[in-house]
Amino acid sequence: MNLLEMKNVTKHFGGLTAVSNVNFEIEKESITGLIGPNGAGKTTIFNLITGVYKVTEGKITFDGKDITNKEPYIIAEMGITRTFQNIRLFKKLSVYENVLTACQYNANYNLLEAMLYLPRCKNQEKQLKEQAEHLLEIIGLIDRKDFIANNLPYGLQRRLEIARALSLNPKLLLLDEPAAGMNPDETAQLMNLIYDIRKKFNLSILIIDHHMDLVMGICEKIMVLNFGCKLAEGTPIEIQSNPKVIEAYLGVEG
Amino acid sequence: MDYYIQGILILSGINLMAVLGLSLLTGFTGLFSFGHAGFMAIGGYTAAAMTVKYHIPFIPALLIGAIVASLVSALIGVLTLKLKGDYFCIATLGFGEATRLILDNMQYFGGARGWPGIPAYTNFTNVIIINIIGLILLANLIRSKHGRNMIAVREEELASQISGINVFKYKLISLMISAAYAGIAGGLMAHYMTFLQPKMFALTKSTELTIIVIFGGLGSISGSVLGALVLTSLPEILRAFSNWRLVIYGLAVIIIMITRPEGLMGGYEFTPKSMKKLFFNLKEKRLKKSAGR
Repeated sequence: MNLLEMKNVTKHFGGLTAVSNVNFEIEKESITGLIGPNGAGKTTIFNLITGVYKVTEGKITFDGKDITNKEPYIIAEMGITRTFQNIRLFKKLSVYENVLTACQYNANYNLLEAMLYLPRCKNQEKQLKEQAEHLLEIIGLIDRKDFIANNLPYGLQRRLEIARALSLNPKLLLLDEPAAGMNPDETAQLMNLIYDIRKKFNLSILIIDHHMDLVMGICEKIMVLNFGCKLAEGTPIEIQSNPKVIEAYLGVEG
Repeated sequence: MDYYIQGILILSGINLMAVLGLSLLTGFTGLFSFGHAGFMAIGGYTAAAMTVKYHIPFIPALLIGAIVASLVSALIGVLTLKLKGDYFCIATLGFGEATRLILDNMQYFGGARGWPGIPAYTNFTNVIIINIIGLILLANLIRSKHGRNMIAVREEELASQISGINVFKYKLISLMISAAYAGIAGGLMAHYMTFLQPKMFALTKSTELTIIVIFGGLGSISGSVLGALVLTSLPEILRAFSNWRLVIYGLAVIIIMITRPEGLMGGYEFTPKSMKKLFFNLKEKRLKKSAGR
């Protein structure tokens, strides 16, 4: 069964059609790429999936459940998390606090228990702290756990954002241009990280990126968008030799 | 203890209670309110009505006042918390003034003339105890996941939503708890002054509370405590300078804002752990300096 299905999804902003009639599936535990020229509607698709924007027409189902136009926090709880093109960390908090804040999917103590610091709160807090540290260890940020997020080098901020997304224990992780502004060396490290994550967390990943070596290297399936419409879909090799894709990216003579 | 000093401390304690609540809302959730005097008024008048008209004991009366203030805040919150940016702040300002004007015209509570004859139940001991309880509850809340969610909302709303935090719910909870604290402060004030008048809860009172929170440092409970103690007692200490004391008060606030825009404590807390860390950092800095040479 497919993890995520988009059926005839359309999004209008006033008179502008940002995404038009897109059909798209993501398989369980796959790495899928989403590419296209600037302004093609890639990030809009992310915003539609995560509920940041409301869908104008169409239906999105996740894990068999309808998530069309649900609030972002509900979608996050159901198991879809993401990173942002322009990093959005809790800037003034430490690396550890960033992860700990998102780490709460099985803490259910209520407000009163928190204010009185009752045993259930105490135990669950201890668990959350262990989870957060464990996650930082996996992601390789444990030695910088007390750094303020804003003071981290750029590459590590990206890494932290991925760690924060993972702390919700998602089934689907959306990465919006994770390699933007990275040099080839950092990009290679990122590729390893993405492989690692999929193996350790058994999740599906959807990536937007302009680094073709990254996208072609790790994605099993790629969808190409142009002007809000689906242009092509297939394996990296099929996409590379698709004349329509070449035309959209490079233009056509005459 | 000197009766006069005790009086100043009681007033500081009453202010502190309201400031603690506002600190949660402004310092930890990032919402500015200029209507907290309104919640104080609601708490104060309700608590006084309970003790005077229904002869309910002091502590339950205080709690009823807090609950009523909290419920009113929930109503305001549901209506205005979806507004973005400064609109919430303006809505609270309007609410505060509206509350004062309504009370001005409520003859049942004495209207603008005021309401004398409220029993003097508030004393030094119960103010201290209530403040300590309030402090502990607040500190526990902030260290919990609920507190972290509020801080996350302050830092980055969109990222909070994506991390599974119901931003609206946490803003509302923060506002309700904050109003409950203000309500208790109002109840304490009513039973300390033994007299209530809508004028006591004018815009200047709300501004005073916000100034204290910013003065002490946004996102720091210790800062709020320090701020409430300093800024409530400062006009009293300066009483000898009569006409000039409010000028000095204003200057003190301005100087702090210029030299330490993050407030006195600026997000740090007085705990044994933080003191140890501070000491350690200082030592490390000195070591680095000598190594640099």
